[in-house]
Amino acid sequence: MQQSAKLEQNSIVKERSNRTGFKEVKRCIKENYWLYLLVLPSVALTIIFKYFPMYGVLIAFKDYSYRKGILGSEWIGFHHFERFLNAPNFEQLLFNTLKLNMFGLLLGFPVPIILALMLNQIRKAAVKKNIQLFLYAPNFISVVVVVGILFVLLSPTGPVNYLVTAMNGTPISFMSEPDYFRPIYILSGIWQGAGWASIIYVAALANVDPELHNAATIDGASLLQRIRHIDLPTIKPVVAIMVILAAGGIMAGGGDKAILMWNEMNMESADIISTYVYRVGFQQANYSFSAAVDLFNTIINLIMLFTVNFIVKRVNEGNGIV
Amino acid sequence: MDIIKPSKNDKIVLGVIYTLLTLFVLAIIGPLIYVVIASFMEPNALLTKGISFDISNYSFEGYRLILSDAQIIGGFINALLYSAIFTLCTVSVCVFAGYPLSLDHFKGRKIIMTLFIITMFFGGGLIPTYLVIKYLGMIDTLWALVIPGAVSVWNIILARTFFRGLPKEMSEAAKIDGASEIMIFMKIVIPLSKPIVFVLALYAFVGHWNDFFQALIYLESQDKYPLQLVLRRILILNKVDPNIVSSIQEQAELARLSELMKYAAIVVSSIPLLAMYPFFQKYFEKGVMVGSLK
Repeated sequence: MQQSAKLEQNSIVKERSNRTGFKEVKRCIKENYWLYLLVLPSVALTIIFKYFPMYGVLIAFKDYSYRKGILGSEWIGFHHFERFLNAPNFEQLLFNTLKLNMFGLLLGFPVPIILALMLNQIRKAAVKKNIQLFLYAPNFISVVVVVGILFVLLSPTGPVNYLVTAMNGTPISFMSEPDYFRPIYILSGIWQGAGWASIIYVAALANVDPELHNAATIDGASLLQRIRHIDLPTIKPVVAIMVILAAGGIMAGGGDKAILMWNEMNMESADIISTYVYRVGFQQANYSFSAAVDLFNTIINLIMLFTVNFIVKRVNEGNGIV
Repeated sequence: MDIIKPSKNDKIVLGVIYTLLTLFVLAIIGPLIYVVIASFMEPNALLTKGISFDISNYSFEGYRLILSDAQIIGGFINALLYSAIFTLCTVSVCVFAGYPLSLDHFKGRKIIMTLFIITMFFGGGLIPTYLVIKYLGMIDTLWALVIPGAVSVWNIILARTFFRGLPKEMSEAAKIDGASEIMIFMKIVIPLSKPIVFVLALYAFVGHWNDFFQALIYLESQDKYPLQLVLRRILILNKVDPNIVSSIQEQAELARLSELMKYAAIVVSSIPLLAMYPFFQKYFEKGVMVGSLK
């Protein structure tokens, strides 16, 4: 990172010393105009669909009405943010979001790593390939279908409740019970994503020199010792990066799935900030307020990302992502 | 490979590892197998006994019902159309952008890259994006599903990394022979980039096929709904196509069959992805690794 910054500085200095800067640029564009044409569509689309909305986020500070437009609407400062922070359901939303994503991260993060370490012990390449094929499959199922499967399997007449009644229990309506929302959400998330998430660790482990393992075995290291002292250090940098990425998404995660699993009955624990943004924005058409809540969420995410990045950099010998 | 025989303790550890892995694989495919078998069950048998392996309890009733839901077929066609157009847009836009950004002599690539990367960390959010699309008059058109998401920074980085890995000699030789940049791109780079195009296309198609949220926000007329939104109605909102039922009696019957219909709907909707799955195998690790390293 530092190096590239230095390089950049150098090039800036160079460009400045170039007195014919503007002419230079013109010549360069003329010479390579095909290349500029090639990047044009993506730059234009990014400006329209990513940067215009960033400007549009101003409506979070305004009393927006569609008729008056973004500029014409009246400024009201932090009114919407204050309203959200003082809303009776603010704490519930915040803690639901945090709990859902924190528990999801704590439970879900180690699974792919363990899975990769275990897969790494399979010696026959063909067997490993086939197992991986099964493990990756759920990742390609849509979130609607996954939630659909949850509904049929966990329905009062479904197979899980069949087992519950067989063991002399009373059927549980899992999908409308607040207490079950988080476990179902997190476990089904692991079911769907853990295999796919393990790919990156499996690939990192493939780089371990087998000689290292052989040498360690001759020296009398047990399998567990070898995993701890050879395999784990190998994947450590990858783990660090994944921790940062996961932490950056800690408040963002799972809007789609929560919107599908959410209902009036389980909202006590299923109502998270992203479902709230959707509900306020689209069902109540309260654009300004919804945008404000969304912005609040994005900023917390950014803070999380930079904080965790800072911590991981400290622990991981200066290697972060930002 | 293994020259050294594992010790007794190691054998026990290995045994535990293999058992755990087997259990995990079973936990993953168990629900899927259950759904497939249940979709072929005779409705009464499914309700009273659950699934069984008795052939006499099997029927195609669930499939007959789900296929007579007009929206399922319509949704299927819509989803195919949207996903195909989206794939075409996003792959061409991202590959086009990735190439110049991979060239050292392309001035301004740092600024452009920064412009892209900022959008990975910060965005205007749901409502401001919606307002832009509304302002452009794209609501309730397929363009709202196809254009705004076409630029994927990940895909651009993937493409750029791929192009960087291509041997420089050929394009340099062509340059000496007087070929222009566009000639080099069209005649040399594009034919060499089949693998990256294929990877990007597969992921784009699957991602778009599986997404329901964009359609939920931007589409209003039901006949434009892609499959995932139709599935949402059947699987999650629990509503059946009113055209299938003509009498109250049938309605009661339908309530009984709705469970079965759901199983069949899940299977039917997964067929295109299942058909594509073997093609994926080769590219699984490629896609993920290139992205992670850069």
